[in-house]
Amino acid sequence: MDAIIENLPTFLRGFGTTLALLGIAGVGALVIGTLVAGMRISPVGSLRGFATVYTEILRNTPLTLVLFFCAFILPYLGVRIDFFALACIGLTAYTSPFIAEAVRSGVNGVPVGQAEAARSIGLRFGQTLGLVVMPQAIRMVIPPIINVLIALTKNTSVAGAFFVKDLFGSAQDVIVRRGDEVFAILIAVAVFYLIVTVTLGRIAAVVEKKVAVLR
Amino acid sequence: MTQVLYDAPGPRARRRSLIASIVGGVVIAAILVALVAALAAPRITAAGAELPGMFDPSRWDIFLDRAVWRRIGIGTLNTLQMAAVAAVGAVAIGVLISFLRTARAAWIRYPMVLVLEFLRGMPVLLMMLFVLLIFSTGSYWAGVIALAVYNGAIIGEALRAGIQSLPRGQREAGLAIGLGPIRTRMSIEFPQAFRQMLPIIIAQLVVLLKDTSLAYVISYPELLRTTTYQMANYYGSRYLFSLFFVAFAIYLTMNLLLSWLARIIARRVDAGRLPKGSTPFSRRAEKHAARRRSDVENVVLDGGGGAAR
Repeated sequence: MDAIIENLPTFLRGFGTTLALLGIAGVGALVIGTLVAGMRISPVGSLRGFATVYTEILRNTPLTLVLFFCAFILPYLGVRIDFFALACIGLTAYTSPFIAEAVRSGVNGVPVGQAEAARSIGLRFGQTLGLVVMPQAIRMVIPPIINVLIALTKNTSVAGAFFVKDLFGSAQDVIVRRGDEVFAILIAVAVFYLIVTVTLGRIAAVVEKKVAVLR
Repeated sequence: MTQVLYDAPGPRARRRSLIASIVGGVVIAAILVALVAALAAPRITAAGAELPGMFDPSRWDIFLDRAVWRRIGIGTLNTLQMAAVAAVGAVAIGVLISFLRTARAAWIRYPMVLVLEFLRGMPVLLMMLFVLLIFSTGSYWAGVIALAVYNGAIIGEALRAGIQSLPRGQREAGLAIGLGPIRTRMSIEFPQAFRQMLPIIIAQLVVLLKDTSLAYVISYPELLRTTTYQMANYYGSRYLFSLFFVAFAIYLTMNLLLSWLARIIARRVDAGRLPKGSTPFSRRAEKHAARRRSDVENVVLDGGGGAAR
């Protein structure tokens, strides 16, 4: 136990870094993911094609490869920024296609009849989208997006393996110094992760119940 | 969906979106060309020496050597072996968990809820480190066990949801013809739940294959470590980019193939779910609902983590 208490500042700093990774990559992925989703449902063919290729490639590349690319290949190619920023770029890029898919399936998940009805009472494109489709799509999209963020929380741990001192990285450091209390250290780190993931999971459950569309 | 949102485009709107498409295509192509050109350009080091560009033959010549491909093949097989063993383990653990989670005895059921929450809320990487350090299993078994337990927890929850979504009559019918509760579960409920949840299980196995690359961190010689660490050390770091590129291409091919397979199976299972002789309207509604379900599930499960609820 004393290994945890005496290293608590290290863990808390790591926890802060993990939360920062989650925040920055989460916001970045939301922005890029929404843009990509917009491209994918747009009537412009080349954007649609680009968005499809972008989604398929990033979704099928293991996160370890994405972060390896950011941590080793980018500096090798002459990019000079610190590992935290590189990890943010990698996590954003990796998470954005999942957000894009969540948004897209939300929009596609609104029954066609809704849009047909809106069109048939004379609403224009903007009104159809803004007043009828989007309000329903957003409700359906929030729970899957929170799930993507939960996955992102867990995925930030991989950044710890690529020179970022997040929770996982600081756990490795502490383990090197206190090899006698490995078990307690790992459980403590797991609890830190659970604090975030379980909280987000609860929020998702509450939101899902609250915004559920009755059909 | 998108076609319903606006009137069918007339000649002018079609022309406009064609122009937008061409402009967009040119911009994207220009960015790609710029990227490739930047990669191909020779770079000058701080010491003033000139290094060849990334597409220079001197960075790719090792791939003419058969021994290089053999080592890459070994790395790929290591990855596939870990994925295969972990996948079998994950399905087995998933079946076990689904039974424990739906057990009639509360003292089995409730602790399982906590255990599952714990297993699903923590990073796989942390679990690998845990198994590696606490049980001293070596990196191969650490990777296999962590992947099997983590994905087993998710598959178990999927199977449980499948069992609970069955009509009550299925179980009652099983009990009524004299099968015991366990026989009913095994031969009536479980096969149906498994079939219904097959798309989710396969989607989760795609995630598992992707996640084997995490074993890189605990020094298992899978594809990424074989190429970018062992081989880059052996042949020299000027091959780092090309070796990474090859590993990336192999991973991408494997995952795309498996995702494609998953999609085909999902479509088959969905098609099997359609009620026979339904009116066109209800069939369409059913199809739509099925597609939406699998779409949402794909997103939830593909995130590399799954739901923590």
